[in-house]
Amino acid sequence: MSDNTNKTANTAGWRGALSGPLEAVRTHWDRAPGWERWAVYVLLIIGALFLPYEGLAPVMSPESAWSTILFYPIGIYVLLALGLNVVIGYAGMLDLGYVAFWAIGAYTMATMAVKHGIGFWPLLPCGIVLAAVSGVILGAPTLRLRGDYLAIVTLGFGEIVRKVAENTNWLGGTRGINNIPHPPSHEGVWFAGVDLFTYKIRDARPYYYLLVAVIVLVVIFSKRLEASRIGRSWTAIREDEDAAEIMGVPTFKFKLLSFATGAAIGGAAGVVFAAKTSYVAPANFPFLLSATILAAVVLGGAGNIPGVIVGAFLVAWLPERFRGLADYRDLAFGAILVAMMIFRPEGLIPSRQRKAEMAEGGGGMGHMGAEIDTSGSEAEVGSR
Amino acid sequence: MLLELKDVHVHYGKIEALKGVSLQVDEGEIVSLIGGNGAGKTTTLKTISGLRSCSSGSVFFEGADIGSMPGHRRVLAGIGQAPEGRGIFPGMSVHENLLMGAYARKDDHSKELAEAYELFPRLAERRSQAAGTMSGGEQQMLAIGRALLSKPKVLLLDEPSMGLAPMLVQQIFSIIEEINRRGTTILLVEQNAQQALRLAHRAYVLETGRIVRSAPASELLDDPQVRAAYLGGDVGGGDTGDTAGAEGEAGKVALGKTAPETGKADGEDAPDAE
Repeated sequence: MSDNTNKTANTAGWRGALSGPLEAVRTHWDRAPGWERWAVYVLLIIGALFLPYEGLAPVMSPESAWSTILFYPIGIYVLLALGLNVVIGYAGMLDLGYVAFWAIGAYTMATMAVKHGIGFWPLLPCGIVLAAVSGVILGAPTLRLRGDYLAIVTLGFGEIVRKVAENTNWLGGTRGINNIPHPPSHEGVWFAGVDLFTYKIRDARPYYYLLVAVIVLVVIFSKRLEASRIGRSWTAIREDEDAAEIMGVPTFKFKLLSFATGAAIGGAAGVVFAAKTSYVAPANFPFLLSATILAAVVLGGAGNIPGVIVGAFLVAWLPERFRGLADYRDLAFGAILVAMMIFRPEGLIPSRQRKAEMAEGGGGMGHMGAEIDTSGSEAEVGSR
Repeated sequence: MLLELKDVHVHYGKIEALKGVSLQVDEGEIVSLIGGNGAGKTTTLKTISGLRSCSSGSVFFEGADIGSMPGHRRVLAGIGQAPEGRGIFPGMSVHENLLMGAYARKDDHSKELAEAYELFPRLAERRSQAAGTMSGGEQQMLAIGRALLSKPKVLLLDEPSMGLAPMLVQQIFSIIEEINRRGTTILLVEQNAQQALRLAHRAYVLETGRIVRSAPASELLDDPQVRAAYLGGDVGGGDTGDTAGAEGEAGKVALGKTAPETGKADGEDAPDAE
């Protein structure tokens, strides 16, 4: 591994300036004992809990309510990026319609709560399962495609879900669904000046804490998956799908599992989002958002959870922070993304493994070179 | 009969890549499949390992039709492959790559792991290095070693000499021979016909999706047509002819004996050819 790091640093030259101290930290972290890791985890969670502190607001977001943007976009982006990371970072499949699963979660909450009076807590698992099932339904016929073919199909799926929502009266059409109930409140549990479990319209902080809890669970879940046999199968599929198959990895099954897992996380984000905003409409789920979440994952470092979280935070926060630049902020944001891809294409905090994949020339993005896997289906062959 | 293809047709879209390929591999053999670019060599291997499905015809392994068996189950059945272009996992370390070879196995694989490191001491030196940063030859060794971890009954090798220096080719081929001597049947696909024919017991010549010749390897080494097409012809004049003739003799003699001795004879002859 260290050989590779040196090689990358040499070839990258001044581009690798950022990587020096970061690599030292990484090396230290890789050897860190268990207690040190846990101490850092606990500190990070405590840090996240104190993030809505009002004193930070003038620095972090002088122009909009800090605790509100902490929930959306920042928190939601982080959760979505973690979900998309399972698909892109772990299994190496390019999904351009990820926002659809978020929409499915949100609409599950909206329709079931408004029309059938079901509460938030029973709907959270419902939204997760429905999103996962829709992931399987989308995945089963399309996961035989690879690379950019898969990207196009998922892009289409994202648009289909949005269009269906726009054109279905039962789903509220373009006007969407109003008056989605908040999660049930339990008053009187105070933390740092916040009534923790009181979910009202005014204070965004309890929702933020709810989101932090979901994110922590998702991070633990992702980490466990990554280290498991499933995680190894995903790595193998990402690095060489054919080789994985002839090693005995049931590639199709594991690709489907990755798709469903990512979708489930998106669904969870959707349910929480709908319960907070109490209003969902198709306009909330544009293609641009799928692209933004993808940018967050790639910018931060696909496959590496700290990287993905930092990437999502930056992608969500920078445009809010520089609201003052009004018309130019998207331009500035775009320039930052382009600069990133020139100077640090592997992402801010890449996983070492992906870095090695990129050094080898695979792009670290699975098989972007499109090839249609025809085993089992002759119909697809004809379309080539 | 360990492995048998019967009239296999494979299509890529409307293009027919294999037009009725039939071949047999017996237990303990080294069978070579030679042919030029686009002849269908790799497609044949992919069909056997299950990465491609045949549009008609059938694949038998140990007497059972495995035509509809997905690729990941054929590994358990005993078909191991070192794919074209090496197909190693670049981001994983050498050791992790080898362990992936044993992915499908539930039993203890420590013996095969030790064997892979023994056959390729180079891999042991590079144990924790990312596989993608190794040289082509080392990657080829890793691909073969990894395939051995699945404890295959038949090992499919797709152009193990591709892009390697002649010295390294010699080395890899002698290791392939050693693997065969230890009891693994080998189906070897090669463009480097000279080397492949010297190593193999029998060979098939594939041309644009059809088997055009099938004979003991030594016979093909002698055959003027095959020599013209795949062995650089008579460009070298009498010299080459003599060498090839001698090779043919050695091969013929060896064919009558057991496999290990064939290996020995080839090993001794190898330096002369260069």
